[in-house]
Amino acid sequence: MLSQWLRCCLLLLLVTWLPWVHAEEAPLKAVATFSILGDMVKAVGGERIQLTTLVGADSDGHVYQPTSADAKTVAQADILFVNGLGFEGWLERLVEASGYKGKVVTATEGITGLPLADGDNHGGVDPHAWQNLANAKTYIQNITRALQDADPVGSAVYAINRDTYLQQLAALEQQLAETIGKLPEDRRSVVTSHDAFGYFAAAYQLKFLAPQGINTETEATAKDVAALIEQIRAEKITAVFVENMVSPRLLEQIAAESGATVGGTLYADALSPADGVAGTYLAMMKHNIETLYQALAAK
Amino acid sequence: MLYDLLFAPFADYVFMQRALVGTWAMALGATPFGVFLLLRRMSLVGDAMAHAILPGIAVGYLLAGLSLTAMTLGGLVVGMVVAVLTSMVTRLTRLPEDASLAAFYLVSLALGVLIISSKGSSVDLVHVLFGSVLALNNAALLLVASIATLSMLTLAVLYRPLVLECFDSAYCRSVSTFGVWTPVVFLVMVVLNLVGGFHALGTLMAVGIMILPAVVARLWTQQLGTMLALAVTVAMLCSWLGLLMSFHFDLPSGPTIILSLGGMYILSALFALRPQRGKVDSVRQFLQ
Repeated sequence: MLSQWLRCCLLLLLVTWLPWVHAEEAPLKAVATFSILGDMVKAVGGERIQLTTLVGADSDGHVYQPTSADAKTVAQADILFVNGLGFEGWLERLVEASGYKGKVVTATEGITGLPLADGDNHGGVDPHAWQNLANAKTYIQNITRALQDADPVGSAVYAINRDTYLQQLAALEQQLAETIGKLPEDRRSVVTSHDAFGYFAAAYQLKFLAPQGINTETEATAKDVAALIEQIRAEKITAVFVENMVSPRLLEQIAAESGATVGGTLYADALSPADGVAGTYLAMMKHNIETLYQALAAK
Repeated sequence: MLYDLLFAPFADYVFMQRALVGTWAMALGATPFGVFLLLRRMSLVGDAMAHAILPGIAVGYLLAGLSLTAMTLGGLVVGMVVAVLTSMVTRLTRLPEDASLAAFYLVSLALGVLIISSKGSSVDLVHVLFGSVLALNNAALLLVASIATLSMLTLAVLYRPLVLECFDSAYCRSVSTFGVWTPVVFLVMVVLNLVGGFHALGTLMAVGIMILPAVVARLWTQQLGTMLALAVTVAMLCSWLGLLMSFHFDLPSGPTIILSLGGMYILSALFALRPQRGKVDSVRQFLQ
């Protein structure tokens, strides 16, 4: 009696929900490894995906320690986006441990990685490919293709979002190239706290010097610091930049001793919180260029 | 030539001078307390404490941002709580002191990591919290120097009760009103030195400069006065050597300083390979 009634109820429920479910299926559960990638996935996926970002704003994606909540998120995901080029060293173990069987989309696929200047634990390739706006186009194409494969129904929506974003990218690219183009040849050297700007430097003909190696793990040596101070003096570098994730103390000391000024904060591996100056990828690139320009152009 | 090798780096670069001043201040303030820790058979307490104060520093950071005062106070409070709880558990149960200290420091450390993780990734905050020898700014230098001054003043006042307490704590408590408070003040100073060293120089440096020179000095002499002087001298010498090596051979400064202290320890241990007798005789004489 009861079971019959239950079955009836269930059937009724199913019938009433069926057209609704069909019209608007559950959003695609997408996971991105860090904030910058997450922002791009969000831009393409829009309302059709439910996005979770593992390493949030202002956090270091190089040496992140995944939590069990992350493993659960990954296990339940429909699609997983990673930067690749060895950026997320912790990811492989996380995917394995979580039992995730879905597709892992590498956003940098098709991008030729720049070699590292020195000291590598990324297999000799600089992973910060997003620091060049031209590479961001490849990121967007890869993300769109993967989303279209995973959710063919939304194919057209993704294509529209992609085109809108690519237009914004192109506009920003031109604007920033003009800004940087105004800088004279001898005012293109800056100092930052970690070698994250290889692609950026190559794209805009700038020269970045850093007191540390490629990552935030190694400790600087006295010789490095002395060499950097000498270089700042010799090349008359005017501006030193701190980064959003690294302790500014060492750079402030170097700036004070070499006579350079601290030019501001650059965002390399993570966005600022949404209400900050670099809440999205586009805002971040704009902020970095403008901060650099102001410091370098100042007499 | 010799000048270039030994002195020029300090003459040419302000950051090297700051590093030397910072480590020397640590040597003057922390090393004497390391000697007393050693004599009280508490050499590992420094290590445990250095980890135990983490939640205090983290809470200080979360409440007040990168304020040295807030973080120092937080570390000090938590360090004292751990110290008091440890001695209470030791007195009220049959656990030995090292066991309850181990338990408390692990709990405290885990709590610290938890608090830090609540503010995003655990690693970047650790970078912000722990200083580096090469990045001593004015605030950090001032903190280390103040703590060193306070340490030396405390030592001057409490020297006799401290020595007495080391060897016969019951007698010390019975003869002096200072007696009851001596171990408390001693622990406060140890924690204070650790917290200061933490921000300015990093964990490894803070504990290393406190304990290693004391161990070296203990191998060379039985006289307490000589031991203290020798420990401070060794700490200063090795900081200087370590910084020079870091400069000339391109090595990270903190570990290099600690390793030169370690080298000194191994050398001393080789020289001191003989049976030790009557370890406290000289101190007894001194007290009589």
